[in-house]
Amino acid sequence: MAIPTESGAGALPVPPKKRSEARGLKKGLRQLLRSKTGMIGAVIVLIVCLIAIFAPLLATHDPNAVAPIDRLKPPAWLEGGSSDYLLGTDNLGRDIWSRIVYGSQVSLIVGIGAVLVSGAIGAVLGVTAAYYGRWVDAIIMRLADSLLAIPTILLMLVVLAVVGPGMWTLIFVIGATNWVSYARVVRGEVLSLKERDFVKSARMIGARSGRIIFRHILPNVMSSFIVLSGMNVATTIIMEASLSFLGLGITTPDVSWGGMLSDGRQYVATSWWVATFPGMAITITVLGVIFLGDWLRDVLDPRMKLKNG
Amino acid sequence: MSLLEVNELKTYFKTAEGTVPSVNGVSFSVEAGETLAIVGESGCGKSVTSLSIMQLVSDPGEIVGGEVRFEGKDLLNLPKKEMRKYRGNEISMIFQEPMSSLNPVFTIGNQVGEVLRRHKGLSRGEAKQQAIEMLKRVGIPRAEQIANNFPHQLSGGMRQRVMIAIALACRPKLLIADEPTTALDVTIQAQILDLIGKLSEEENTGVILITHDLGVVAEMADRVVVMYAGEVVEEAPVYELFERPGHPYTIGLMGSLPKMSEQRDRLDSIPGAVPNLLDMPSGCPFHPRCPFAIEACKQTKPALEEQQPGHYVRCLRAGEVG
Amino acid sequence: MSESKMNAAAPLLQVRGLKKHFPVAKGWFSRKNEYVRAVDGLDFDVMPGETLGIVGESGCGKSTAGQMIVQLLEPTEGKIVFDGTDLASLSGEQVRRARRNLQLVFQDPYSSLNPRMTVYDLVAEPLIVHGLASGKALKTEVMSLLEAVGLGPQHADRYPHEFSGGQRQRIGIARALALKPKMIVCDEPVSALDVSIQAQVLNLLKDLQEQFDLTYIFIAHGLPSVKHISDRIAVMYLGKIVEIGSREELFASPKHPYTEALLDAVPVPDPRLRRKREPLPGELPSPVNPPSGCAFHPRCPYAQDICKQQTPVLEPKADGQSAACHFPRNMDEAGVTI
Repeated sequence: MAIPTESGAGALPVPPKKRSEARGLKKGLRQLLRSKTGMIGAVIVLIVCLIAIFAPLLATHDPNAVAPIDRLKPPAWLEGGSSDYLLGTDNLGRDIWSRIVYGSQVSLIVGIGAVLVSGAIGAVLGVTAAYYGRWVDAIIMRLADSLLAIPTILLMLVVLAVVGPGMWTLIFVIGATNWVSYARVVRGEVLSLKERDFVKSARMIGARSGRIIFRHILPNVMSSFIVLSGMNVATTIIMEASLSFLGLGITTPDVSWGGMLSDGRQYVATSWWVATFPGMAITITVLGVIFLGDWLRDVLDPRMKLKNG
Repeated sequence: MSLLEVNELKTYFKTAEGTVPSVNGVSFSVEAGETLAIVGESGCGKSVTSLSIMQLVSDPGEIVGGEVRFEGKDLLNLPKKEMRKYRGNEISMIFQEPMSSLNPVFTIGNQVGEVLRRHKGLSRGEAKQQAIEMLKRVGIPRAEQIANNFPHQLSGGMRQRVMIAIALACRPKLLIADEPTTALDVTIQAQILDLIGKLSEEENTGVILITHDLGVVAEMADRVVVMYAGEVVEEAPVYELFERPGHPYTIGLMGSLPKMSEQRDRLDSIPGAVPNLLDMPSGCPFHPRCPFAIEACKQTKPALEEQQPGHYVRCLRAGEVG
Repeated sequence: MSESKMNAAAPLLQVRGLKKHFPVAKGWFSRKNEYVRAVDGLDFDVMPGETLGIVGESGCGKSTAGQMIVQLLEPTEGKIVFDGTDLASLSGEQVRRARRNLQLVFQDPYSSLNPRMTVYDLVAEPLIVHGLASGKALKTEVMSLLEAVGLGPQHADRYPHEFSGGQRQRIGIARALALKPKMIVCDEPVSALDVSIQAQVLNLLKDLQEQFDLTYIFIAHGLPSVKHISDRIAVMYLGKIVEIGSREELFASPKHPYTEALLDAVPVPDPRLRRKREPLPGELPSPVNPPSGCAFHPRCPYAQDICKQQTPVLEPKADGQSAACHFPRNMDEAGVTI
């Protein structure tokens, strides 16, 4: 099947390719409908995205509004619950539902942002290493190896402790430590693509390096790259939650599910809802992303492509 | 009673795009000691036919009709366990790519012995002895040492010899060889064909030889079945076929071969390409590529009819074009 | 090829002493450097307008030789003079330009076309890269190239996976043809295709040769197709040419025992010619450690002691036919072709 990519060469009188594109999209959608987990993943991710986008409309309270009288209120359906606080309140009387709604923004922004940063770094380094080889390759890959040898969570803790926590710092710190998997995958793909006949063919017709990289190699790396990114969004969401749980990630006024979990930790015995709901939010979102990522892999994997098309 | 009789065999692949009739009502028979060649281009259904006989068609393929009678018994109705007794024992198979059919983590001797232990109930020691004997018979030098080697240590030709040793270890009555020499060089191909010919003659084995190479057909076969788009389009004894090909496709195939014995400026190629099995032409599936096609070919699907004794052709104009 | 053609012009391609040795990856502490002698000393000329066929079995070095000629591989040793220029002396940028006249058709039409480019983009790319056409002229040129290889404008906006093997090979040929090269090296261009499609592509190559004045090197293991298309044929064994000569001579009266065995091994599509042959025994020896003397001697039915000691040189054995053999076939006592 065709996942036609950007057709580059601007000067070309590019023939219309709508037909093929539409066919690719349709086929993808059909596969999505056939795959149950893929469907579930897509629905979850879609809902989380909608919640994040329409957070101001969905939240019933200001997520940071403290109401000491209403502290540790149980969810609405339990005895002592109030219809005012759907999922109850935390130890400061903040509405848990509203905090989860706003927390989705943070999870998505950090998840996607960090993946973009690490993906960009990894792609550039991976392509450079593979295409130029020799000492360039050696330096980049040894750098990658040494990064793998350091426990990244400790590294991040140190950096965050020095620079200070915050959403954007978090994105860059996670991005800067997570590029290794991208660099490795991209390097591997480029190395094998370099030996493929169509790259030799590009050399034969006199294409220069830039053209070969951007026109012939990169578009063919995209599918692995996207698949890897899908998975990495999931791990990044977890990582953000962990760092926030440790108090070094997201800080007020931003709300993080990991932070909420940390707040609720002491009250698990008495007020389970404080920690349970953000925990569920994390689990469901991450599962959704993973399901969607699995489906993406099935659709984009060239071997699957051969089988189906 | 023939050794093997295949009647109206149908194997379909149900894909997302639709049902692919890879084998669409194929019938033929093989006698003991006879070599039947099934010839055709990629996608004609010749390999799926052989896998169907062995019931090794993988998902989403499914045998949807017909019968496969081996010594009179319908194999398609046998329980799975019964069928396993036939496979590798009474009927065995060799494939195009010997590397992928051999297990890389077991020694050659072990893999040849394995079949003997399973089907003949030999002990480890006996199996090993017989395995070495078998390796010698297929012309492997230093068989004792080679028996302790792993598949990757052998060349392509040697691996194919090992495959033949495994296939013939239990003295099967029928050997199915699916493009056994396509991956090999010509001088090695000659060795392997020679070997298959000799061994099958010695044991009076029936052979189904699946190939795309008319040269190999002429060299090996007693009878030939020509397949196109999932159907048998012609069947004839080998001499008859090469002297009087009756179907336009067979004629086209022969014309498209560059010959060693003559020099022509142009080859008579068959225009176009094999049709998409999901979107088959109406009438005779060959009509869009056929130089002899008439209006009726677009509407009527021809039947396989006997033109000469033993020579069957599926063509509306069979009498006229041959 | 006619005699006059051969004498009239200087060779378009001259290959002298061409070698490619690949180092064998050995253990860390191994001192001895071993090499795969993929190509081990080739000498031949190709005249303008002719087709030189190179045949041999897998591992004989024919594809490696082809890749060196088109500069995809760097020779270990030797000289390749194309159109009067020594290709080794060229800088990267000059090689890029020299390739306008020296193109390659790949064996595998599945892997040699970028799956993410349309047919139009694939065929237009060489013209864009060399700045040969743009705008309307480019479009016209691409369409006429597609037509030349038997494809139509309706194919232009499709992707390679939508085509059959034969059609893909046509796209590959159009791409090679776009720069109007003088020479095209065809590396097993039909061996991945079905029989009926092979004939189409062979016919196409012949037509294009006439239409565009092309010189071909046609590399293949299939003897019948090589015979069909070539004027002269070189037979390779273990990195060396063992015999080279005109098509007629080589097929009618092979001089090297390997050529003879190779011809004999091809199954003939005629059951009346079925032979009770004894096939050539043995297999290709390792190119890391080739046999002493004549590399073919362990498999040769005519080998004598001298064959184990002395490497025979490629020398004329008959008019327009050279072989590297101490005891050439099809000769009488006086050394004349029978």
